[in-house]
Amino acid sequence: MVFQGYRRPDGRIGVRNKVLILPVSACASDTARIVASRVEGTVTFNNQNGCSQVGADQQFTMDVMAGFAANPNVYGSVVISLGCENCQMDMVVDAIRKRTNKPLVQFIIQECGGTLKTVELAVQAAEKMVEEASKVKKETFPLSELIVGTECGGSDPTSGLAANPLIGEMSDRLAAAGATSILSETTEFIGAEHILARRGVTPEVSAQIYDIVHRYEKALQLVGEEVRAGNPSPGNKAGGLTTLEEKSLGCIHKGGHSPVNAVYDYAKQVEPHKGLVIMDTPGNDPSSVAGMAAGGCQVVVFSTGRGTPTGNPIVPVIKITGNKLTYANMKDNIDIDASPVLYGPQTLEDMGDVLMEELMEVCSGKLTKAEALGYTEMAIARVCNYV
Amino acid sequence: MNVMIIDPKDNVAVAVEPVKKGEALEARGGLLGVTAREDITIYHKIAIRSIAKGEPVVKYGEHIGLAKADIEPGSHVHTHNVADHREAL
Repeated sequence: MVFQGYRRPDGRIGVRNKVLILPVSACASDTARIVASRVEGTVTFNNQNGCSQVGADQQFTMDVMAGFAANPNVYGSVVISLGCENCQMDMVVDAIRKRTNKPLVQFIIQECGGTLKTVELAVQAAEKMVEEASKVKKETFPLSELIVGTECGGSDPTSGLAANPLIGEMSDRLAAAGATSILSETTEFIGAEHILARRGVTPEVSAQIYDIVHRYEKALQLVGEEVRAGNPSPGNKAGGLTTLEEKSLGCIHKGGHSPVNAVYDYAKQVEPHKGLVIMDTPGNDPSSVAGMAAGGCQVVVFSTGRGTPTGNPIVPVIKITGNKLTYANMKDNIDIDASPVLYGPQTLEDMGDVLMEELMEVCSGKLTKAEALGYTEMAIARVCNYV
Repeated sequence: MNVMIIDPKDNVAVAVEPVKKGEALEARGGLLGVTAREDITIYHKIAIRSIAKGEPVVKYGEHIGLAKADIEPGSHVHTHNVADHREAL
């Protein structure tokens, strides 16, 4: 299978061709929004962080910013900072440069002389960059160039029965083809971590799987939360889930049956041609999707039971549901009806063909429902509260 | 078709329609030769083999817990007859 993508100077292959207006902190976010609103072909997001964070927390923000700029769907970045935030411009630019040599320009609001002067300069730079981006010719690339993120949100009993197994089928096909598939959402491994850990290719990878789960549990215990207590929730039980193992097995089905070849920390750069890998992300959808986008995935496949509109500024998000009522009810948000996995006539394999074809079309430029509606919600994982 | 078997190793099926007591269970491949012993809510589990007390309950091809009592084919399988069991970690 092949798709029409964009070759970047750092060797990576994109499936979109965006110019990123990157706000370094909350204080630069509105300026970035104004700039992006004036130049077609740019994208931005509201960065709630970038200042007043403890070290480990700031690192998440730095990794997401660097990863977004380096994501192959991005042609280049216009980076905007206020000037006095903790995430200093030179640190951010260094972090981006460690990951990519793509076009980058920077503006510091306090040095430019306020909003209007910054907007004028940044709009000019963005316009020029969009023009350059538009000259990049699409080329044909094999499936093996893809890094695909997987996610589930607004789950219901059909998620574990149809949509997640279908994503697992895709994940196995990606791994077999020499692409990379990312299994995410560490909180949802809890209870099934021993089963995932069995699939580690080396004892080190298995140990890392236990580590990210136990680290997550300990972080939650620090603020008095016990994940295993009260889980499955009364709502889960009413829906037919009996044990936490069972609930988590439904989630990790997105990773199919392939061996786990690597475990990445949140928003760290993921390698291509790596088969099935895990990224340590929260269950929270926008921040998990953002972590994988920062890791360099070009596209996310997202299963939902109840129906969700989730998109992302730089990565197309393909939504699938196994709930035929949800599909009928929220057709404008959901790309694929996976309910034939449950009710036929198509088999899981047949639906795997459908999903792979949709994946190739989206990677060649077809807009997802979330893209057509302009969904770009975004969150960055946190380790603790503001100080 | 009123139930789904996710993995060939599974000893439970999942109701994909509400199942009434006395109904024959039918998966995609045909009738299972098992009759529902009670009403089963949609998406709840139903035993397709005998599961003796202490034996693992298998769904997705994996152990999801241990039977707290002997479970007959056609019985509802849920918190009343399955115990959570954390395996060697």
